[in-house]
Amino acid sequence: MSGTFAVLVARDLRLAARRRVDVVLPIAFFTVAVSLFPLGVGPEPQTLRQIAPGVVWVAALLAAMLSVTQLYAADHADGSLEQMLLVPGARISIALSKAMSHWLLTGLPLVVAAPVFGLLFDMSAPAIASLVAGLVLGTPVLSLLGGLGAALTLGLRSGAVLLILIIVPLCIPAIIFGAGAVTAVESGLSARGHYSLLGALLIFTAVLAPIATGAALRIATE
Amino acid sequence: MAGDPAANPNPPADAVLTVRELECRRGDRVLFAPISFAVGAGSIVWIRGANGQGKTTLLRTLAGLSAPAAGDLAWTGAPEIAPRPLYLAHANALKEDLTVSESLRFLLLLSGQRVDGLDLDRALERFGMASRKDAFVRTLSQGQRRRVALARLAAQRELLPWLLDEPFDALDAAGVELLAGVIAQHARRGGAVVLTSHLPLPIDEPAPAIVELHAPAFA
Repeated sequence: MSGTFAVLVARDLRLAARRRVDVVLPIAFFTVAVSLFPLGVGPEPQTLRQIAPGVVWVAALLAAMLSVTQLYAADHADGSLEQMLLVPGARISIALSKAMSHWLLTGLPLVVAAPVFGLLFDMSAPAIASLVAGLVLGTPVLSLLGGLGAALTLGLRSGAVLLILIIVPLCIPAIIFGAGAVTAVESGLSARGHYSLLGALLIFTAVLAPIATGAALRIATE
Repeated sequence: MAGDPAANPNPPADAVLTVRELECRRGDRVLFAPISFAVGAGSIVWIRGANGQGKTTLLRTLAGLSAPAAGDLAWTGAPEIAPRPLYLAHANALKEDLTVSESLRFLLLLSGQRVDGLDLDRALERFGMASRKDAFVRTLSQGQRRRVALARLAAQRELLPWLLDEPFDALDAAGVELLAGVIAQHARRGGAVVLTSHLPLPIDEPAPAIVELHAPAFA
């Protein structure tokens, strides 16, 4: 089982290395979306500081949704997914590995880039640290839920729209507690409660989303 | 050619796969009249039927990708190989952006086989693709892709049962002959093969048993 996981992640990373434009796209989208806000809202530092966590989190969610729609589509189309599902007991490994490679390719770059955007919005160092910590816990949740949505809408004609309708509501708690952690730190409070809830959310989705994703994949290929 | 396995209600003692009164559905439609057959070790079963009669669905059901609508099927034989036949679908399961040897290695690793470069070379050599092993799959023709997908058969070490969906598709005359040789060799070693083909099978020894799919009596 762990063998399947490693084989799949290694393959997806190699494929991503061969298609760099597809990899850069969500990060480019994130960058553009976040940098447009100061232009639209105005250069008031106080306002920018206030909206920064929300803007970063919403952009992260949209970037994740943008890139997750095609998570299983190519493997479904060329028959690879069937071959993966034929491995006994591999369904959960497939779901986990796909979410993992999605996170490595979109979530992790956002975590790394977040401090730069924090500076762009004139956030304080502790606030930036809490933004990054929240993203570390929250972006895997987005990848796991996005994977579930991709599996549920696999093979549907207007799958992308449906995916966003199904998955975005499920992502709302991650946004609330992720952005809430930064707000708490900025107003001098402890963000530990927010981190705990994000952590709990991550554990909850990491356990349940792959099971649901596996079942959805099975139905989609039947 | 041969014996009609459907006529024999008692499966042979060395049966690898036993199918009883199996029915497959696609949506609400029952695809074919219930069929029963057994596949013995070292035998080749050729599933025949008109287009849309359910040959692919039957193979997918045998592979475990779909659930049968009625009846049952049982993989017997050595327990460690029984639950996972090697299924080659119509789609080649190759990635455009991987090279030939990377694709083949991935498929073998996925099915739990340890792979070394020599095995890969030998398998590709067998299907005449050794010279293209570092080429990207996207640069190959349909027939060449088919050959790469089929090279998996030659790279298999264990004696798994094979389920092949139209394996002769897109192959040229030399390729057809080659594949027929590989399939016959597998059967002679004691491996079971279930395949579909709309062309006459160029395999004489062992003679393939024919399972004909008929439309259901009342549809």
